[in-house]
Amino acid sequence: MNKYDIVIIGGGVTGTAIARELSRYRLKIALLEKEAELAFGVSKSNSGIIHPGTQNHPQSLKGKLCVEGNALMREVAAELGVDFKEVGELIVGFDNEDAARLNGLKKQAEELGVPGLEIVGRAWLEKNEPNLSPEVVAALYAPTAGVISPYRLVYDLSENAARNGVEIFTQCAVTDIEAQGEEDGFKVHTSRGEFPVRYVVNAAGLFADDISKMAGINNFTITPRKGEEFLLDKKREYITRHLIFPLPTRKSKGVLVIQTSDGNPMIGPTAREIDDKEDLSTSDEGLKEVLSSARRMVPAINDRDIIAYFAGLRPSAGDDFIIRHEDRAPGFINVAGIQSPGLTAAPAIALMVVDILKDNGLKLKKKLFFHRHRDKTPHIFAVTPEETKKLIKKDARYGEIICRCEMVSRKEVEEAIDRGAVTLDGIKFRTRAQAGRCHGGFCTTRLMKILSDKTGQPLKYITKRGKGSEIVIGGRADD
Amino acid sequence: MIDRELVIIGGGPAGMAAAVAAHESGVKNILLLERDQYLGGILNQCIHTGFGLHYFKEVLTGPEYADRFIKKIRFLKGLDISLQSFVTRLTRDNVLTVFKPGKFLEIKARALIMATGCRERTREMVHTAGTRPSGIFSAGLAQKLINIEGLLPGKKVVVIGSGDIGLIMARRFTLEGAQVKAVIEIQKETKGLTRNVVQCLEDFDIPLYFSHKVSRIYGVNRVQGVDVEKVGGNFKALPGSRFYIDCDTILISAGLIPENELIEMAGVVMNKETNTPVSEKLNTTSIPGIFVCGNSYQVYDVVDSVTRDSERAGQQAAEYLKRL
Ligand SMILES: Cc1cc2nc3c(=O)[nH]c(=O)nc-3n(C[C@H](O)[C@H](O)[C@H](O)COP(=O)(O)OP(=O)(O)OC[C@H]3O[C@@H](n4cnc5c(N)ncnc54)[C@H](O)[C@@H]3O)c2cc1C
Ligand SMILES: Cc1cc2nc3c(=O)[nH]c(=O)nc-3n(C[C@H](O)[C@H](O)[C@H](O)COP(=O)(O)OP(=O)(O)OC[C@H]3O[C@@H](n4cnc5c(N)ncnc54)[C@H](O)[C@@H]3O)c2cc1C
Repeated sequence: MNKYDIVIIGGGVTGTAIARELSRYRLKIALLEKEAELAFGVSKSNSGIIHPGTQNHPQSLKGKLCVEGNALMREVAAELGVDFKEVGELIVGFDNEDAARLNGLKKQAEELGVPGLEIVGRAWLEKNEPNLSPEVVAALYAPTAGVISPYRLVYDLSENAARNGVEIFTQCAVTDIEAQGEEDGFKVHTSRGEFPVRYVVNAAGLFADDISKMAGINNFTITPRKGEEFLLDKKREYITRHLIFPLPTRKSKGVLVIQTSDGNPMIGPTAREIDDKEDLSTSDEGLKEVLSSARRMVPAINDRDIIAYFAGLRPSAGDDFIIRHEDRAPGFINVAGIQSPGLTAAPAIALMVVDILKDNGLKLKKKLFFHRHRDKTPHIFAVTPEETKKLIKKDARYGEIICRCEMVSRKEVEEAIDRGAVTLDGIKFRTRAQAGRCHGGFCTTRLMKILSDKTGQPLKYITKRGKGSEIVIGGRADD
Repeated sequence: MIDRELVIIGGGPAGMAAAVAAHESGVKNILLLERDQYLGGILNQCIHTGFGLHYFKEVLTGPEYADRFIKKIRFLKGLDISLQSFVTRLTRDNVLTVFKPGKFLEIKARALIMATGCRERTREMVHTAGTRPSGIFSAGLAQKLINIEGLLPGKKVVVIGSGDIGLIMARRFTLEGAQVKAVIEIQKETKGLTRNVVQCLEDFDIPLYFSHKVSRIYGVNRVQGVDVEKVGGNFKALPGSRFYIDCDTILISAGLIPENELIEMAGVVMNKETNTPVSEKLNTTSIPGIFVCGNSYQVYDVVDSVTRDSERAGQQAAEYLKRL
């Protein structure tokens, strides 16, 4: 007898969306993640855009799942209490030739089923997007584009999945997958022991090719394509009212002017293929390229407003997603090559995976009761003064500000830890503490102390993002 | 809504000096708000000497300097001090929003003195390429970790920028048994005080590279090293000049930025280059009744000048209130 029905490898948005979808059924499920926390892979460093589907080929799987995911995401976000802002996007053109391409793009997107598209001209743009370059002659307006906090989505998906019975294992690196013979499933070997299981879902992002190889399936490779992004000060929140896109090239959507769900504008990403799956460095050239491309569309952007930058790696396995049952390893499902728009598509990917499992013999029986809702986690920076007053009355700790730039209270930090944060990055992704203009100059020591008090880890063991990334080398007394 | 004659934001040397001066000039309804648990501001973590040479004609440590003012203002009648009180908002008509544990207050001030100090420039602001591992600190954060928390941030250190805090910290790390490999300064000379270059670097044989920059940071989880390059007149790297330094810690000491987001929020006309208010008369702003002093008005080299500047602001606020 296998202990588990399903093991999901990878705690990014793909794995957690699948876990939550499957948690509706009477199944024993484990989700395995090698890092100290979930959402530390590709899902932590992306543009956070819920794409409408305007840039995908009409026949592609990506395109189909993007449009479906965009529609589903609203429901998922509402159920989980994650903010989803439908800000809309403008793909801009600078001359008549561009304007003609916008029409082509519109036709193609309509074929995919993207709703509400409209070509807008100068007058509309001047009224609705005043900071746009006067050189933009026309734009394709896609009202269904939105933004979400990608890591909060992952944490809320996983929390809801756990509430519905999914067992989550972090610091649990899969090292081997042993087939147990036809129909008998697998033994998944990890750094935390063995998981005997009937079905394996591989959602390991950049490392999905390695995992697939462990199961004996060696029919794709993942090439990382780096994207550097630059975050601006929240002071510039209203620099644009929409997401601003250039016309796409064959390889990428180009450099965008992005709104993020917490208010900071962002510019990027670049797109460059590299070999090293751990190379998250940013470069001077990347900064230059992003600044000049973004300024061409929105000249008011200033490099003085940049407060943070990062790079993410798109796990690409060719042009499209690979989502399939591998008949040569019965019970093994690859969900690989989930590059952009993987964040958008996640809820649709999850449904597709459920169907694939069903087609391959998994019996799905709905649970009597599925906890569909998750209470929204309050954030001081996102609520009105009236609500703030109420929160502080309810719990005094909301009145103690820990992060001065992003307005994060002690209560939010403690709650993040109660919900599973064990590192400073984990706190940052959940609360925004350290994510502002002073970069933790003010709150780092405060956060370390709270984390240490609540978890019992001595200060010198507190890490940025897991073992090897300790903040300090030691106490003075114990050298 | 609470009404006050004068509200002072910030309980560092600037806020305290302004409070004393305003009080001496006749204002007897003053509220001083400090977000930390104690008064003193940044001085609390400056345990080295070199404070008060001009103002007290004595050599004091930071905490000793602060203590002189703390003792003074504690007993002033008509001056209330509220600690753990974080001002998060300021409107054009001088209404402040204040967070305290368990409390959310709105305070209307007839006059306001901002003494909120500075924040440090970050690695991002000096545009340093490379990875983002643990081990990168602003010099002030490293100072707080060592002097207040008793923790050692790292053992092999490179300092980016030769500001005073970086110089002081180079010495501090050395005294704690760490090895400071180099101080890298992109300019041709330092903005730091000469006495700090001598006492903190030369006395400890720490190399200081002018016209050099850190062009790349390496390391996945923890800092592993940096590339350093010599720069020409336009700060562009000179080909062939690159060398590598092995280190586990990087300190950024590239200057301070006055913390003036509150008055910016209120609509004060700002100088975007310096992040300070445009003022016709010293310490004033484009909104009558809002004054700014200390390091949030202008980054001063020594605290003695901060104290003098803030006394002037306190007197001005008192005069303003009399004229109302
Ligand atoms: C710069 C950039 C911008 C983007 N912008 C957008 C956007 O705006 N909108 C959008 O829809 N999409 C966007 N994307 C794409 C989106 O981020 C990804 O498609 C999505 O995050 C992929 O999620 P995932 O769960 O498949 O991968 P991941 O988040 O990488 O999750 C995989 C997980 O598997 C774990 N793992 C790997 N190996 C093992 C092992 N051996 N054992 C256990 N665990 C393992 C990893 O640690 C990781 O946490 C962007 C991507 C990039 C890089
Ligand atoms: C490492 C280092 C070495 C130095 N060495 C010397 C030296 O040798 N000799 C010398 O003379 N000077 C030295 N100085 C400079 C001196 O410390 C400063 O000039 C002085 O502290 C500035 O005073 P301030 O009151 O303007 O700012 P701060 O001391 O920074 O005080 C500002 C206060 O405002 C509070 N505050 C800010 N925002 C808010 C808000 N929104 N709500 C409530 N409260 C708020 C802060 O918590 C803080 O307490 C040194 C400084 C440093 C960092």
